[in-house]
Amino acid sequence: MIPLQLAVLLLVAVAGTAVVLSRDPLRQAVVNGAYGLVLTLLFVVFQAPDVALSMVVVGSIAYPLVLVVTIKKVRAREREDE
Amino acid sequence: MSSRARLAVFACAGAGLAALLLWGVAGLPAFGHYQGGYGNQLERRVLPERHTTNLVGAVVFDYRALDTLGEEFILFSAVLGVALLLRKNREQQIDEAPDDTVRSDAIRIVGLFLVAPAFLLGLWLVAFGYVTPGGGFQGGVVLAGALLLVYLTGSIHRYTAVTPRTAVEMGEAGGAGAFVVLGLVGLIAEAAYLQNFLGLGKQGTLESGGSIALLNWATAIEVTAAMLLLFKEFLEEYVVAAGR
Repeated sequence: MIPLQLAVLLLVAVAGTAVVLSRDPLRQAVVNGAYGLVLTLLFVVFQAPDVALSMVVVGSIAYPLVLVVTIKKVRAREREDE
Repeated sequence: MSSRARLAVFACAGAGLAALLLWGVAGLPAFGHYQGGYGNQLERRVLPERHTTNLVGAVVFDYRALDTLGEEFILFSAVLGVALLLRKNREQQIDEAPDDTVRSDAIRIVGLFLVAPAFLLGLWLVAFGYVTPGGGFQGGVVLAGALLLVYLTGSIHRYTAVTPRTAVEMGEAGGAGAFVVLGLVGLIAEAAYLQNFLGLGKQGTLESGGSIALLNWATAIEVTAAMLLLFKEFLEEYVVAAGR
């Protein structure tokens, strides 16, 4: 394994831990988007460009949007209940 | 349960998981030393048999096209489910949504310079999906993402204007349907469902791969429309929630 691959694997471990440790859901959604980008980097370094493209489009476009909108909706309902 | 007890349980479970994971990773073949028979066969056969330079594209839209058909319908029914659930509970129509036009000139300029290039990138990823990395799925999500930028740098009303509901719904159903029909054409023209039925063309060009190109575009239309519909339903929920 070359040093670049090792470095990116470590980066994935750090980013994954950061997602778990974020407590606020909205912040977690953003950190998760960054985690998606790190995973994309991992796939590029391991020479899987097709998987990297899938990861970047789903991880940085579709998934964060659905998360952010859902969080907003839930919070609006909570405010209504108060 | 006290926090110390929870930590102890986590430490046990975490150590066990780490040990299993290390054991599994240690048993993997070395990087670059693939041992599966199927992949090695494909690596030798795809170029002479299909003239496509992206092996992944040939697998997804030819050798395992039936799996892709299943995936198409997973996406189709998932988005259909989201639309059914969200529309049922929606109290407000999109025409009554408050005006949420972005006022910042800086953001609007970013949109002006980003929407068209992102859309072009999506078209390129789709078109060359079986020549270089990419394909109908990835390109389709990029195309939908480019139109999502219209909302992010414009307004919900502008997003609704560029993605008419009828067109999006027809695209979603039509794309999925086209895949099924192309499979039937393969059955009639050749011998089996989803069999390649066009000339293979010259390697490394858009004409290579025969009917892979058609299945690729059908997938692109389906995925773009499915994503646009998904964004539409969620954004309408969002605007209604923000308006209150």
